[in-house]
Amino acid sequence: MEFKEKLISSYLAFEGDLDLLDSVHQTRAKALRVFEKKGFPTKKDESWKYTSLNALVNADYALFPRSEASIELKDVKKYFLYDTDTYKVIFIDGVYSPFLSNTTHDGLDVCLMSAALTKPKYRNLINTYFNKIASLEESLTALNTSYSKEGAFVYIPKKTVAEKPIEIIHFASGEEHSLWLQPRNLIVVDKNSQVQIIERHQSLKDHPVVTNSVTEVYVHEEAFVDYYKLQNDLTSASLIDNTYIQQAKNSHASVHTFSLGGKLVRNNLRYYHTGQRILSTLKGVTILEGKQHVDHSTMVHHSHPNCESHQDYKGIFSERSEGVFNGQILVEKIAQKTNAFQQNNNVLLDDKATVNSKPQLEIYADDVKCSHGCTIGQMDEEALFYLRSRGIPKKEAKALMTYAFANNVLESVQLPSLKKRINGQIASKLGVNLGFEL
Amino acid sequence: MAYTEEELKKELETKEYEYGFYTDIESDTFPVGLNEDIIRKISEKKGEPDWMTKWRLEAFSSFKKMVEPDWSNVKYKKPDLQKISYYSAPKKKPKYNSLEEVDPELLKTFDKLGISVDEQKKLSGVAVDIVMDSVSVATTFRETLAKKGIIFCSISEAIQKHPELVKKYIGTVIPPRDNYYSALNSAVFTDGSFCYIPKGVRCPMELSTYFRINQAGTGQFERTLVIADEQSYVSYLEGCTAPSRDENQLHAAVVELIALDDAEIKYSTVQNWFPGDKNGKGGVFNFVTKRGLCHNRAKISWTQVETGSAVTWKYPSCVLKGDNSIGEFYSIAVTNNFQQADTGTKMVHLGNNTRSTIISKGISAGKSQNSYRGLVKVGSRAKNARNFSQCDSLLMGNNCGAHTFPYIEAKNNSAQVEHEATTSKIGEDQIFYCNQRGIDTEKAIALIVNGFSKEVLNKLPMEFAVEAQKLLEISLEGSVG
Repeated sequence: MEFKEKLISSYLAFEGDLDLLDSVHQTRAKALRVFEKKGFPTKKDESWKYTSLNALVNADYALFPRSEASIELKDVKKYFLYDTDTYKVIFIDGVYSPFLSNTTHDGLDVCLMSAALTKPKYRNLINTYFNKIASLEESLTALNTSYSKEGAFVYIPKKTVAEKPIEIIHFASGEEHSLWLQPRNLIVVDKNSQVQIIERHQSLKDHPVVTNSVTEVYVHEEAFVDYYKLQNDLTSASLIDNTYIQQAKNSHASVHTFSLGGKLVRNNLRYYHTGQRILSTLKGVTILEGKQHVDHSTMVHHSHPNCESHQDYKGIFSERSEGVFNGQILVEKIAQKTNAFQQNNNVLLDDKATVNSKPQLEIYADDVKCSHGCTIGQMDEEALFYLRSRGIPKKEAKALMTYAFANNVLESVQLPSLKKRINGQIASKLGVNLGFEL
Repeated sequence: MAYTEEELKKELETKEYEYGFYTDIESDTFPVGLNEDIIRKISEKKGEPDWMTKWRLEAFSSFKKMVEPDWSNVKYKKPDLQKISYYSAPKKKPKYNSLEEVDPELLKTFDKLGISVDEQKKLSGVAVDIVMDSVSVATTFRETLAKKGIIFCSISEAIQKHPELVKKYIGTVIPPRDNYYSALNSAVFTDGSFCYIPKGVRCPMELSTYFRINQAGTGQFERTLVIADEQSYVSYLEGCTAPSRDENQLHAAVVELIALDDAEIKYSTVQNWFPGDKNGKGGVFNFVTKRGLCHNRAKISWTQVETGSAVTWKYPSCVLKGDNSIGEFYSIAVTNNFQQADTGTKMVHLGNNTRSTIISKGISAGKSQNSYRGLVKVGSRAKNARNFSQCDSLLMGNNCGAHTFPYIEAKNNSAQVEHEATTSKIGEDQIFYCNQRGIDTEKAIALIVNGFSKEVLNKLPMEFAVEAQKLLEISLEGSVG
């Protein structure tokens, strides 16, 4: 049986077990029909031109883990931001782990999607926000919607600053031979509020894992969301991340994506505006080796005047790795005085590494400032020589230059401990110790 | 009174198509429709050898298996290929030895076009091959060229007289099954130009063809083949106009360039097909396939000024197969009223040390849509490939759109690829700066638009400059200057 069929037939059994709100049931059934009709995207779809899912979806995966896996804190502690106090929502094989988590209902809600989807207390929130900006047409998002059950649910009420960052971590224990996970997160940040979120997907054993994740983020007026995605998984794990962000007037949403590992990573990041004077920030650093493949597909839909968006993606590719950047800026006729900027810089370190970049501008308004730039190149030999002539070994010199290259993105990371972690990860990836922190 | 952008816009919108006249020449036109018989008849009419008829039929059989692509960013009503007449030739078809023998009606047409063959012959030294409704009627300066061994004639003549050259090169750069319209063209092309520059020869003058769709309900399917042998050089100009008509006319040409070792081809196009009236009615569909192949150390340079056509959908490309070869693309695309353009280039780097430059300027006004779509591809064995692309768009008014869709694919670590694009309108501060220095708004806009497109205009051969200037005047500069 093909995996697609398995997904469709398993749905019925799965749905019967659940006690959900009626409206959610309907949404899920509808989404499944979309997936059934469209199937998995292929390279013939323009937005999947450079990324093939064939190898992934031609295998078989367990959809629900049979046994409940337990993991020791000491084994996974290194994946936490242990030196900072955080709220934690931790899942193991898609199942909530109360032992590792640290949730709250005190002033703000940091809890579970399963709770939000079933409890009457959250009915209004779910009816207002669930599946309202996630694409109804995109087949992978629809697949996630039809199976959406568990994930993180965050609600920050008006005039509240979340004092601790929120960590959302999905572990794959490796108990199953191969696993297909579909976490669903919903984040609602009300007026004048602030929150910082760190999301991570991590496998603990090198068994094949595919995660098809959907996150909806609602940023209300004058609110600020600072979102970090850490992708440094084992080379057996693949991730399809679909993130939809809706911003109201005067808000700021920023997403940093650090893609340092994984077999195949696809980031679909979509921004929608509902008011004026919005700032959207999209940044990313990608450092790959081996046969890894990372695809960033971004879209900023400017539908209101006086908004700004900044995109800055840096990629460093060695060995046979492949990077894709597919960015789109869409400026509607009404969105005058838009200031949109898009940049994609890539460095190819090896002969067999590949970069495919497609930065697109689609502009229907005349009084705008829109530009994009894309470069593919190598390390500057002269700069390298300069460093080496001053006694810095080649490896360190290269690492130093890599840091410099990625620094634009790194320097806007607001959490010091996170910044330190990422710096450390980049250093270990490059196999050097510079002896100082940047 | 100060001249404002508003007024410029208005003037642009109401500007009539100056070349929209129809010449009353008796034509020999085939019945409408597309089938194997028509293709055989075209081939027969042109007295083609068997291999050519076979080639056409093969192209037609692959065409039948294809569907019209729809991925472009243009919207139009698909032309009904069965309603087109595939052959239309001026009836009195003598072999002209001198201009005096040419039908005076036809000469008048050329006068109106402002490219009086006579005048050009005397004054500018441009050899012109005029293709009117698909059949080449006059080739000037052939003798001068013949002395150097240069062959410049219509492609039907070349099939007769130089079959070995045509057979060797036709379809090598753009195979018939390359795409929907190239397959169609390969099956039904009626005429076009052929040019061969022998080894080590530098063509002493600019070669030029002029296309014009005259007859109603005819498609223009011409085929151009330019071969520059080793160490030769040629600069080739192409201009296009069509009379105003209500229905859409299809233009699906194929242009193949082959630059052998150390050769250089410079191909310039000034395209001014009828763009449709200001309500978006009529106009030409310009679906052209153009591609050049560079051997070692060869260079191909495309320059295009696109001001006409209701829909322009073309990507003049360079395949940089040889080591150290160079590809260039300079383009100005102006769209107005309801015009749509989806144009750009493809640079395929296959050889070592290949270089390419892309400069594209898009100006959209009225309710038009202007897209740049380009591909820069670096093969895995292409060492030290270098590309620089720049795409700038200028928007005039709030009803038009400017889009950029660059595709960049690099598979080699020694590649250096740069792409940048900007979209803007004529800045108030720029106009203010000029005003401050005593330049009125009218002149300031002219200055800015001029400066915006100068980078590409400068690349046009001098002999063509007058022509290009004229066309740009119609579209933009004239209305501000």
